[in-house]
Amino acid sequence: MGMTMSQKILAAHAGLDEVKAGQLIEAKLDMVLGNDVTSPVAINVFEENGATAVFDNTKIAMIMDHFTPNKDIKAATQVKQTRNFANKYDIKNYMDVGEMGIEHALLPEKGLVGPGCLCIGADSHTCTYGALGAFSTGVGSTDMAAGMISGKAWFKVPSAIKFNLVGKPQKYVSGKDVILHIIGKIGVDGALYKSMEFVGEGLKYLGIDDRLTIANMAIEAGAKNGIFPVDDITREYCNGRYKGTPVEYSADEDAVYDEECTIDLSELRPTVAFPHLPENTRTVDEIGEKEVKIDQCVIGSCTNGRITDLRAAAEILKDRKIAKGVRCIVIPGTQQIWLDAMHEGLFDIFINAGAVVSTPTCGPCLGGHMGILAAGEKAISTTNRNFVGRMGHVDSEVYLASPAVAAASAVTGYITSPEKL
Amino acid sequence: MNARGTVHKFGDNVDTDVIIPARYLNTASHKELAAHCMEDIDKDFVNKVKEGDIMVAEKNFGCGSSREHAPIAIKTSGISCVIASTFARIFYRNSINIGLPILECDEAAKEIKDGDTVSVNFDTGVITDETTGKTYKAEPFPEFIQNIIKKGGLIKSITE
Ligand code: SF4
Repeated sequence: MGMTMSQKILAAHAGLDEVKAGQLIEAKLDMVLGNDVTSPVAINVFEENGATAVFDNTKIAMIMDHFTPNKDIKAATQVKQTRNFANKYDIKNYMDVGEMGIEHALLPEKGLVGPGCLCIGADSHTCTYGALGAFSTGVGSTDMAAGMISGKAWFKVPSAIKFNLVGKPQKYVSGKDVILHIIGKIGVDGALYKSMEFVGEGLKYLGIDDRLTIANMAIEAGAKNGIFPVDDITREYCNGRYKGTPVEYSADEDAVYDEECTIDLSELRPTVAFPHLPENTRTVDEIGEKEVKIDQCVIGSCTNGRITDLRAAAEILKDRKIAKGVRCIVIPGTQQIWLDAMHEGLFDIFINAGAVVSTPTCGPCLGGHMGILAAGEKAISTTNRNFVGRMGHVDSEVYLASPAVAAASAVTGYITSPEKL
Repeated sequence: MNARGTVHKFGDNVDTDVIIPARYLNTASHKELAAHCMEDIDKDFVNKVKEGDIMVAEKNFGCGSSREHAPIAIKTSGISCVIASTFARIFYRNSINIGLPILECDEAAKEIKDGDTVSVNFDTGVITDETTGKTYKAEPFPEFIQNIIKKGGLIKSITE
């Protein structure tokens, strides 16, 4: 029986010729990731159990991004604990203020993940790297600790849903709209425990940043991972960047899928997820002109804080003003993205429009800092979750959208399609 | 191994942000986390919950963030077992890894009501609602996972 792309990567890392859905395996890891929230828990587990060595100090990444630059004393204490651990074990990819960015923007950019690698991260959006043809999935802190000690993790081999993407998307339809559409269709548990494998001729219209956005939100459909085949777009991005040896896997012709689903990209419309679940989607055509008044607009996060996202927002905000009463916060994902955006003149556009630009951080995405909502407030955000209380008060609301829709909404003060400006 | 206690019932898609809101993730202290368990969905939960109580929810329990703080907060609050129709996969893994027993049983999850007294036999997977007298059978853990639990958690199973 043929294997899916995800199954092939797992088999290779488990030293097996073949694996089947449901099989429990132990596989070797190429990268183990943690952040400032999950690393301290993993370090406690590591130390309480008397571990004295890490398996490989080049294959662990600790990225201080959620509450950094440290938002308060407790956050500073957690980062200090992680920094001390990283110093003690000489963790090569410990990244703090000055080097850090949002982990899932940073790891691909720095070439720490790439085609064919197997990565676990104590952060649910670790599934982002599937965009590069990696098997990558979120785990908890105990798994991270076990991974740091042994270089291995246990997996239940997932079955898969195949998404066949065809057609060319319209202007203003981005990777974010593709994944919001899919989640709206299959629901927040539509791919529970499974792989989402994206294939099809439509992939040629999706750049690496769009793919990273799509794979990033596989978890919002409950998936174990999302994955794209390796093509020229991937190779161009990873060549000279990926520090490991790229290995290109592809699904067998006779691979078995639980479901197959064709998505015609040309029919998609800019899409918004309403509170309080990413599956509550509506296209911009289904939202009334002055239906949803917003107080805040956030453009950033591991979903949409990359340079193409900032360019898309800048294209809308150029020579326009943000509506009175709307706070617009732009957060480039990494230091490099920040520099690129600055050199391209995007910051002039943002600041002239009345937006602010932050240093890289997760910040408001998880209600940490840098833009918390009060009771009754509404935000349009390019982030990935709109759960109750996610960006602040339990009675605040988050609407998820692409950078273009978010920027257009910041201009009018209501959720608005960029086509309407 | 058994559990017996009063049920605290929740619905579909209980996410880790309501189990333990991110504003409390600036600490890894189990006790501090437990003090805010379920706060954004049921403000009174931490006052009502007693040692040994059982949490019952419907589908996709624990969806969202990978924070292990979520099962830690539930376990430290005194909950002895979570029963749900389905669990989000990272939450499932984390619970096993930290030793919070969780059982998937759709029928039990749907029928058991808030405030019922329920007992659970982990060896057989049998769930008894003592209030209604009805019994249910949950899927027992696969052998591989039973081994992790027997050895006292994931880390012990690998450091042995
Ligand atoms: S940007 Fe948001 S979703 Fe992404 S890693 Fe940070 S907190 Fe998590």
